[in-house]
Amino acid sequence: MHLFNIFLKSAFIENMALAFFLGMCSFLAVSKKVETAIGLGAAVIFVLFITTPLNNLILQHVLAPGALGWISPKLETVDLTFIGFIAYIATIAAMTQIVEMAIDRYSPALYTALGVFLPLIAVNCAILGASLFMVQREYNLAESTVYGLGAGVGWALAIIALAAIRERMKYSNVPPALRGLGITFMVSGLMAMGFMIFAGIQL
Amino acid sequence: MNKDTKEILVGPLLLKNPITYQVLGICSALAVTTQLKTALVMSLALTAVTTFSNLAISLVRNRIPGSIRVITQLAIIAALVIAADQVMQAYLFDVSKQLSVFVGLIITNCIVMGRAEAYAMANPPLKSALDGFANGAGYSLILISVAVVRETFGSGKLLGYELAPTVTNGGWYVPNGLMILSPGAFFLIAIFIWVQRSISKSMQEKE
Repeated sequence: MHLFNIFLKSAFIENMALAFFLGMCSFLAVSKKVETAIGLGAAVIFVLFITTPLNNLILQHVLAPGALGWISPKLETVDLTFIGFIAYIATIAAMTQIVEMAIDRYSPALYTALGVFLPLIAVNCAILGASLFMVQREYNLAESTVYGLGAGVGWALAIIALAAIRERMKYSNVPPALRGLGITFMVSGLMAMGFMIFAGIQL
Repeated sequence: MNKDTKEILVGPLLLKNPITYQVLGICSALAVTTQLKTALVMSLALTAVTTFSNLAISLVRNRIPGSIRVITQLAIIAALVIAADQVMQAYLFDVSKQLSVFVGLIITNCIVMGRAEAYAMANPPLKSALDGFANGAGYSLILISVAVVRETFGSGKLLGYELAPTVTNGGWYVPNGLMILSPGAFFLIAIFIWVQRSISKSMQEKE
């Protein structure tokens, strides 16, 4: 039940895109068509689901104070948490590369669907953000897996919804200066307001 | 100052602003602007990181193999962000606590990566450093203006000084809660873009 709560909380109440503004660049740039939004959303869910628990393992077994004690007792006082940023981003960049190659090898159909978006994901702040939140909230392995999945689902949901609205917007008469980027911000603001409904839920 | 340098410096401040024109670095622009203080610190950190990362990447640009350039750029940027984070934890501990994960997220801030990829990879070091600085300044400009509006109307204060006594403190001003919450930030940036594009018509998008 505790894990289910983390999932709901990360997907809706603390939505990555609409409550924490993470992954905004691709959120605004790749939301012109529903089809591409679904592709990017799926890729983000996939990568978050893998990298968040992986970074958790790295934190617990390499970076945390005393975590290197198993190599030699001399290393028991070593605290490597300060190089966390570089370790997490390296893991994320390497993982997206490996995932890309693995998908290419075993599922060409999925590769053609996700292919373009996978390299973009390495620099999506939602991915690094999830890892940093995981560190800050001191989640364990199971919790961080669920958190990664929930954060991904929430982000994907937001971008698909935004893309659907933007497709419909072709038929409306937007003031010229507001066309494109401006109106997308307005719509995201309204969506963020919608998602605030979930904020009252006690878990 | 010749014309070229002037264009590098002034362009990103207004017409080619990284946030409202190039759509880069929006995540943090929205998240850290509930207070002017955090926005100021964030602007300083980001400007320092873009300037130095552009300089460093431009210095080694001819030695980076094309296939691993993203990872190389990320490693350089991450090292600089760690330095910035350590400095902030040492001298501005409470602000760095408030910024929480957003200091680390400078690594994936699209402005830093975007300028490294688009400018520093193809231009000499000094010009790249100037370009990094100018883009950092353009980002700071938007960040600070958004923060001023949000803090003034959202809590009746500026940099912690009370501008209008709020109702909860026995005054007359009812704080506008929407400004503090996330939708307020979206609306404000939308309004900035609206104003900017009404003034310079060439930036309007055709659909």
